[in-house]
Amino acid sequence: MAQQELDHLSGQTTTGHEWDGLKELNTPLPKWWLYVFYACIIWSFGYFLFYPSWPMVSDYTKGLWGATMRSDSIAAYETGIKDRLARAKIPADASVDQIKGNKDFLEFAMANGKAAFGDNCAPCHGSGATGAPGYPSLQDDDWLWGGKLADVYQTIRYGIRSGHSQARDSQMPNFGKDGVLKKEEMTAVADYVVSLSDTSVKGTDAGKKLFSDNCAACHGEDAKGNLELGAPNLADKIWLYGGGSAKVIAQMNVASHGVMPAWEDRLDPITVKSLAVYVHSLGGGK
Amino acid sequence: MARPVETKAFTLEEMGYTLFLALLAVVCVIIAGKAWEPQMAIHAAVGAVFAAIGIFLIIKGYNDRSGQPAQTVDGKPNYNLGPVKFASVASMFWGVAGFLVGVIAASQLAFPFLNFDLQWIQFGRLRPLHTSAVIFAFGGNVLLATSIYVVQRTTQARMPGIVTPWFIVLGYNAFIVIAGTGYLLGVTQAQEYAEPEWYADLWLTVVWVVYLLAYLGTLWKRKEAHIYVANWFYLSFIVTVAMLHLGNNVRVPVSVFSYQSVQVFSGVQNAMVQWWYGHNAVGFFLTAAFLGIMYYFVPKRAERPVYSYRLSIIHFWALIFLYIWAGPHHLHYTALPEWASTLGMTFSIMLWMPSWGGMINGLMTLSGAWDKLRTDPVLRMLVVSVAFYGMSTFEGPLMSIKAVNGLSHYTDWTVGHVHSGALGWVGFVSFGALYCLFPWLWNKKEMWSLKLVSWHFWTATIGIVFYICAMWVSGIMQGLMWRAYDKLGFLEYSFIETVAAMHPYYVIRATGGLLFLVGALIMVYNLYMTVVHGEDAESATAGSPALAPAE
Repeated sequence: MAQQELDHLSGQTTTGHEWDGLKELNTPLPKWWLYVFYACIIWSFGYFLFYPSWPMVSDYTKGLWGATMRSDSIAAYETGIKDRLARAKIPADASVDQIKGNKDFLEFAMANGKAAFGDNCAPCHGSGATGAPGYPSLQDDDWLWGGKLADVYQTIRYGIRSGHSQARDSQMPNFGKDGVLKKEEMTAVADYVVSLSDTSVKGTDAGKKLFSDNCAACHGEDAKGNLELGAPNLADKIWLYGGGSAKVIAQMNVASHGVMPAWEDRLDPITVKSLAVYVHSLGGGK
Repeated sequence: MARPVETKAFTLEEMGYTLFLALLAVVCVIIAGKAWEPQMAIHAAVGAVFAAIGIFLIIKGYNDRSGQPAQTVDGKPNYNLGPVKFASVASMFWGVAGFLVGVIAASQLAFPFLNFDLQWIQFGRLRPLHTSAVIFAFGGNVLLATSIYVVQRTTQARMPGIVTPWFIVLGYNAFIVIAGTGYLLGVTQAQEYAEPEWYADLWLTVVWVVYLLAYLGTLWKRKEAHIYVANWFYLSFIVTVAMLHLGNNVRVPVSVFSYQSVQVFSGVQNAMVQWWYGHNAVGFFLTAAFLGIMYYFVPKRAERPVYSYRLSIIHFWALIFLYIWAGPHHLHYTALPEWASTLGMTFSIMLWMPSWGGMINGLMTLSGAWDKLRTDPVLRMLVVSVAFYGMSTFEGPLMSIKAVNGLSHYTDWTVGHVHSGALGWVGFVSFGALYCLFPWLWNKKEMWSLKLVSWHFWTATIGIVFYICAMWVSGIMQGLMWRAYDKLGFLEYSFIETVAAMHPYYVIRATGGLLFLVGALIMVYNLYMTVVHGEDAESATAGSPALAPAE
């Protein structure tokens, strides 16, 4: 073994090895370091004793406390739901109008509706309910299926084209793809429809005639829509799939059909009613 | 010293590599021709070109050399420094590229329009490009450069082989090119930090085995009976990364003509193997290996002996024994069985002191040389890296505790934690090592400008502080918002509101990253000027204080 040397600055000897000029001191382990290391080990063994820890052949050690993250989390969740329902006091069969009419019920429903909206509705309708192309704004008074509280409740509960037997449902034909209208005819109709809300576009009588023959049955002679059929008002400037002739032609050619789930199948009855009350309150409710 | 005249011969080694690369080129051409997807065709073609370049370099190397490379010159070991130089320069290049992609990805989070609706630069593709570029391309090249340098210096022996050291360095960088271009083209096996597909994995396996053998071969030739501590850490890194790489890439290719493959583990088993891999990539790639750097460059630069040999032994073995268990702490509150979660957490707690052993040995090595921090910005960088190491290895065990993890997991806190380790520890210790290595490798007295090193240090430090503080605040805020209830027991915030609340912190984070990038650019300029205009050292070894006589 090589010669150990005394390092004057630290008062320690070196180990006597040298690599490329590098040496090491014989400093003992720092005491605090060693004791904290021991403490961590002892703490861990204590933890093993109380919590599930070591795998056995076909099972694992359960620990003296029998608590797990899973059971703790489920218990906390269930307590939360129970506390919340205790605060709600809304009878399970209360109607949406009853909820709206009672101050306590309304407060609960608004809080419930806001939270449920953020988690379930915001992905399509936006966190401010202002909508996006293809997803209607819920803040204005332009409704596809009706803006009364009962209408909103029915729409949310059963959904739109959701497959539920009570769902709102209707189908606009593919006028272009199925050959009902020729390209020029669709252009004429689109120009006419757009001209109703945009004076810079000129509609023709031919367009008006074609509209009357093909579209008025659902959208009405005045093009103001039909809430029974979910046929949008085409005489205002609010467009579900975008305004302008090109977008209108695209919709006539191959129609888009929005789908909303039946929330009855996914959320508890009070929450569905709360959502209706909340959405109705956003500014457009009739 | 006269050495016997040798007749030059094409060695068995050169022949072996040539045949291997020739075979590889043929296979690549066939695959390129019959590939199912354009991505596979591109990668196979790139593989064929790389193999051809490899053969050309072997033959050129044979023509240029006059005989077998000498083991010693004038009685001193004739170290093989070419591959070290290449990896050092490559690490600069990949570092800047990786930091830049990080800044872009961070900006995309703050301003989503920066995705520009282009699939190749979506956040989802840039994110793995960033992580792989900084960890494997930048970090990996720093580790190749320093480990090949350190193992030769501390064994006083030349790394064996003529082609082998070059094969390791160039082969590894070929892997990086294949992996990185793959991410942009949408080629990924969707395992975090193990995204490269099966053929890249196979290639890396070959390179890595050669690396291990060459490293062991150098140790075998050592003059000093004991093996220096830095080499223990490097060796544990090489061995463990091999094991992790094989374990987490057990996959069956759909076809040799397709880049796609199917993983063998599924569900929670896959998650467990993935985080056993992922956590130990941090443990052995980003911790143990960089401790190897610390153990060589800190005492070297401080010109002091390592603080405690005993501590280095105890913390080394404790670290590598405990680290390998800690992976399940990434999977608290998931389908992972509770017992595995507990083991992951407790072993992380027990890991705290073994991690800090490295910090103590790094910092205390400076006792008697603290005054150098005032005058030497390179040493300052190395010391601050050790401080960041200590901070993030305290934060890690803390975050592994189930109750803390319940708040921190899935939030920006995790991102901040990783970056205090990545920017502060891995980044700074790498920069410090490069600032030492460049003058030594190019035989210069000192860096071209120590003032610019100081500028790099402060720019990057401020950048790190911006980054991690923003992520602490936004992460903890995010965690608290997710679990905030109103007085009626409903969630206070929707998820999207918590995302909107992150915006200012994302902007600060991107700014911090930008400062870190600017610092790295200052370094690149300084390193370039050192090589081109640096003052020459008096003799071949004078630039390194290594051979100065000890007091």
